[in-house]
Amino acid sequence: MELLFAAPALPLDEAGKYVAGAYVVFLVLLVIYLAIMAAKLQRIEKELRDVAAIAEGHKAERREEVSA
Amino acid sequence: MYGKGLKPLSIATVAMLALSLSLVFFYAPLDGDQGFIQKIFYLHVPLAIVALVGFILGGVFAIAHLRTDDRRWDAYSYVSIHISVIFGVAVLITGAIWAKASWGHWWVWDEPTLVSFLIVFLLYATYYPFRYAIEDRDRQARYASVFAVTAGAFVPLNFMAVRMAQSLVHPRTFATAEGGMPGEMMLTFLCSLAAMSLLWTTLVKFELTAKSASGQVKRLRRALDAPVAGGGSRIAPEVS
Amino acid sequence: MTPSRAAFAAILAKDLRSELRTLQSLPAMALFSVTTFVIFRFGLDRTSLSGSLAAGVLWATLLFAAVLGINRLFVAEREEGGFDAIRLAPIDRSVLFAAKVAALLVYLLALELVAVPIFAIFFLEDAAGLGPLVLVLLLTDLGLAATGTLISSMAVNSRARDLLVPLVLLPLAVPLMIAATGATEPLLSLGGPSYDRFGTWLMVLGLYDLIFGLVGYAVFDFLLED
Repeated sequence: MELLFAAPALPLDEAGKYVAGAYVVFLVLLVIYLAIMAAKLQRIEKELRDVAAIAEGHKAERREEVSA
Repeated sequence: MYGKGLKPLSIATVAMLALSLSLVFFYAPLDGDQGFIQKIFYLHVPLAIVALVGFILGGVFAIAHLRTDDRRWDAYSYVSIHISVIFGVAVLITGAIWAKASWGHWWVWDEPTLVSFLIVFLLYATYYPFRYAIEDRDRQARYASVFAVTAGAFVPLNFMAVRMAQSLVHPRTFATAEGGMPGEMMLTFLCSLAAMSLLWTTLVKFELTAKSASGQVKRLRRALDAPVAGGGSRIAPEVS
Repeated sequence: MTPSRAAFAAILAKDLRSELRTLQSLPAMALFSVTTFVIFRFGLDRTSLSGSLAAGVLWATLLFAAVLGINRLFVAEREEGGFDAIRLAPIDRSVLFAAKVAALLVYLLALELVAVPIFAIFFLEDAAGLGPLVLVLLLTDLGLAATGTLISSMAVNSRARDLLVPLVLLPLAVPLMIAATGATEPLLSLGGPSYDRFGTWLMVLGLYDLIFGLVGYAVFDFLLED
């Protein structure tokens, strides 16, 4: 196994911050995306609720028409 | 059914991401030139490759849309480009962080691949205002597909031209990520690449499923003669 | 002449005729270029240019003038109802693309006929590089014409069409600019023209022209379908 260790460009503690920063950026972007999708999902849920209410309303109307 | 298979796909993505992260930090050896900074490459390069492939896929789906006139292909094309643009933001930011760590500047014009990517990103960023400017839905979808095809053809040409613009004085510093990589690094890199590819696919599927759900609700509303909510996006193609 | 070649010639002639008749934007574009040169003179605080600066100033100016002028060909067409007439004609739509590209090419070359000599007079020490520059101009204009026609054909049917063309066309034009300036810089260098990588850059330009010419030819049908 060829160990390439020679002289790292930046001291480890400094370099570590940049590497961590990069991975954090990736994570943050991913989480932001998920948050936006969560908002969309909430909207779909609300719309489904409304549609269910409308469907039940129609059902009640039809029962009234039949009995009237 | 867009949601089908989303769960196993997500699980595979998470597993692969976990695996590749472990490999990056516990397995891959330290690079001789760049040291610990090189670890950014396992994130930055796979993101870039997946984003570019995503753009080209957007063009391929667009061709299918033009040939079949089936709106679904337009949706696939749009979402592919959309997720790839988001990946592109990550590529540019992680690229800037790497540049700062390596050269002390947040941006360097010396890296042809990064510069090419910026140009490609700028082009695809115009996809949204472009779609937005065309009001007629059918025309919008068709023109967007033409855009996606043109932009897809542009990607390889652009990379070639920018690379050639590199003065022969500046050596290619990206050599660490290609050729001459020891086996452990290559394995780690490939795992990261697989993880990002899975992530891209999962997000595309996720987005399509959400669009499809929205589309079904609209369809339901129309069937019940209920007023359709006016909150639809003017550019995102509808899926149903 | 085959029917499509006849159609091509007819549309090209019509475009050129309408341009010559109106004579609107060509002088305006030339004026714009000259004024831009003056702005560069002061902006860069230089009275003579060579090498990469010369190439950059020349190509940036030509590109922006081209982008300003590109919409004109289609806007006028649409406003005169030309598009409808052509849609009814039984010809291959892609012939329309070829004709438009040719018209735009002629247009750009005419602009350069005025702008480039003035650039030389303003900034260049010697005009030896101008001869081979013609080849670079030709190939770059062809590429600009192809993508310009493609984008403006789509933009013409949109709102904010004046913004859309520059926005989308500029990134697409980057490889052209890279190759054009790459070839032009040694031509305009201080010691006299040199042909460093000249052939390679011309090939890049040619490749760009080929690819986008083909793409445009292939997809143009879909743009006029209505």
